[in-house]
Amino acid sequence: MQSTPTGRTLDVEDLTVRYGQALAVDGVTLAIEPGEVVALLGPSGCGKTTLLRVIAGFVRQAAGRVRVDGAPIDHLPANQRNIGIVFQNYALFPHMTVAENVAYGLRARGVRGPEVLARVSRFLDTVQLGGFRERLPRQLSGGQQQRVALARALAVEPSILLLDEPFAALDRNLRLDMQIEVKRLQRALGLTTILVTHDQDEAMSVADRIAVMNKGRVEQFDTPVAIYDQPQTLFVNGFIGTTNLLNGKVAALDGGTATVALDAGAMLRLPSPAGLSSGAPVMLSVRPEQLALSQVPGPESWRIERGLSLPLGAQLVHEARTADGASLKIVEPRRASPADAARIYCTLAADARPTLFPRPT
Amino acid sequence: MNKLAEWQLTLPLALAFAAIFLAPLLMLVGVSFFDDDKITQPGVAQWAKFLGDPFSYKVIADTLLLGVKTVCATILVGYPLALVYLDSPQRLQKVLIFIIVMPLLLSVVVRTFAWIVVLGREGVVNQVLLSLGIISEPLRLLQTELGLVISLTQIEMPLMLLPLISVMSRLDPNLRDASAALGASRWRTLFTVIVPLSMPGLVAGCLLVFASATTAFISQTVIGGVRLIYLPLLIWQQSLVVFNWPFAAVVSITLLVSVLTVVSALSYLGRRSGGYVHG
Repeated sequence: MQSTPTGRTLDVEDLTVRYGQALAVDGVTLAIEPGEVVALLGPSGCGKTTLLRVIAGFVRQAAGRVRVDGAPIDHLPANQRNIGIVFQNYALFPHMTVAENVAYGLRARGVRGPEVLARVSRFLDTVQLGGFRERLPRQLSGGQQQRVALARALAVEPSILLLDEPFAALDRNLRLDMQIEVKRLQRALGLTTILVTHDQDEAMSVADRIAVMNKGRVEQFDTPVAIYDQPQTLFVNGFIGTTNLLNGKVAALDGGTATVALDAGAMLRLPSPAGLSSGAPVMLSVRPEQLALSQVPGPESWRIERGLSLPLGAQLVHEARTADGASLKIVEPRRASPADAARIYCTLAADARPTLFPRPT
Repeated sequence: MNKLAEWQLTLPLALAFAAIFLAPLLMLVGVSFFDDDKITQPGVAQWAKFLGDPFSYKVIADTLLLGVKTVCATILVGYPLALVYLDSPQRLQKVLIFIIVMPLLLSVVVRTFAWIVVLGREGVVNQVLLSLGIISEPLRLLQTELGLVISLTQIEMPLMLLPLISVMSRLDPNLRDASAALGASRWRTLFTVIVPLSMPGLVAGCLLVFASATTAFISQTVIGGVRLIYLPLLIWQQSLVVFNWPFAAVVSITLLVSVLTVVSALSYLGRRSGGYVHG
């Protein structure tokens, strides 16, 4: 590729969007680095698409600012923002050929003649659709349509690229291919990119950082690994990955360490988050792979009642129930798991990093 | 269900069509080939009389032109109205659709006489313009083509708007946003995306308005008066005033053929642009 535009920063400051009385986006602030891919991840109705539409200029915010490279763009209409967007349904112009679709943005910007043809060819080759110039969108497969939508958005050399659930309509295998493709293009162009998705695997694999959204707010904005390992809120904890929740009470506090008495019947010493007081009810969140089964009782183990064990690829998933009625999922590598039913004690694995949350009462 | 049974289901409608549509049409063609008004002498004299008279061509041209003018006026008023409708919140859409369909709910005679009240010398339009001092003498609107086109435009508006709205509301709203994000102005989006994609609805609307306006006998005679002569008036005069049925049949067939020619040309265009709607 000839041009390698350096990425722009994108700053969203205290952004609020109202639909009637309802707050669709509620005071969101995000500072996005040049060339970074940020995923807006959340359940439907969490405001992620609305946030994207504000950045694109399709929706006006009630308060707050959007800056590109430090300059506010809020006063600009959508057609002067130079922000590329790929829609979930691609929104290709059905009456135009592939080449005309890609040329559309160039023509709208007053690019004329051979320059248009050259840019169209270049970007169609980039998405490996050089041979499809004269086809109509309906003559293409879903993956090909998405490539056209991508080429169309990239051809005008936008300062920011927005992707609105771009992979949702693709089948599983194709989705992975396209994710790799988009990531490759984004790297090559150094484009600052925002991806809206409700699919956590997609966010984890494509994004450099993830903003987990719920009810119009950003719950946590961090790297995929940090979000998985150190969820800051109960919502993030429940939304990302599978987790087990165990009720307990703080028995003692000692500096940064809390001794927690689980209702299931065990005493655990754990790093304590700020603001816990002795005797406070807490919830312990622990990933299935951070639990282990054992044959021997101990102060840090609790008795469980084993349920089904399901092989899941290279892993074995055990279902279990604690004495206080909480259901647990425990994942072990299949080789390392003797199939004996005598292992009726559950404990934290050696490298476990569970998270404590104050429990609302 | 087998093929035969399915075919049999269409029989009642087919018979009804044959009896009340096809048979009279064939009779009409038959009657046109008689020389005298008693329908006794077969011949082509009536055709020769009609086609040999330059006045006939003027009436044909006036009739088709009336259709074209009405179609143009309904597009000019209707297309922006359809855009407004699509941008309106749902509650307003319900009110708008009621107003749009209203002309269809009123009897032709009532709407036509209402227009006489509006367009007359002492009518609403003249009263307002006079009192505002925009004109010093009442405009002559009744019994002019302008007045006729104005009233036909209102009367035929639903026939333009309903197909247009139905096609336009099926357009993907993301297309407009996509166009804007690519840097296109509103006008560019309108003419390069929305108009081409709404073509099937526009063509269907033109077709209905054209066919309806060229054959709107009551509006043409009541608002246009007898001084503006269109083919339907000619048919009425020849069949019910002069009682020259063969000549009336000749004019009827001419009206049918000329309107059908324009309509088929339009629907051919419509089919060519029709494929994109669900693309």
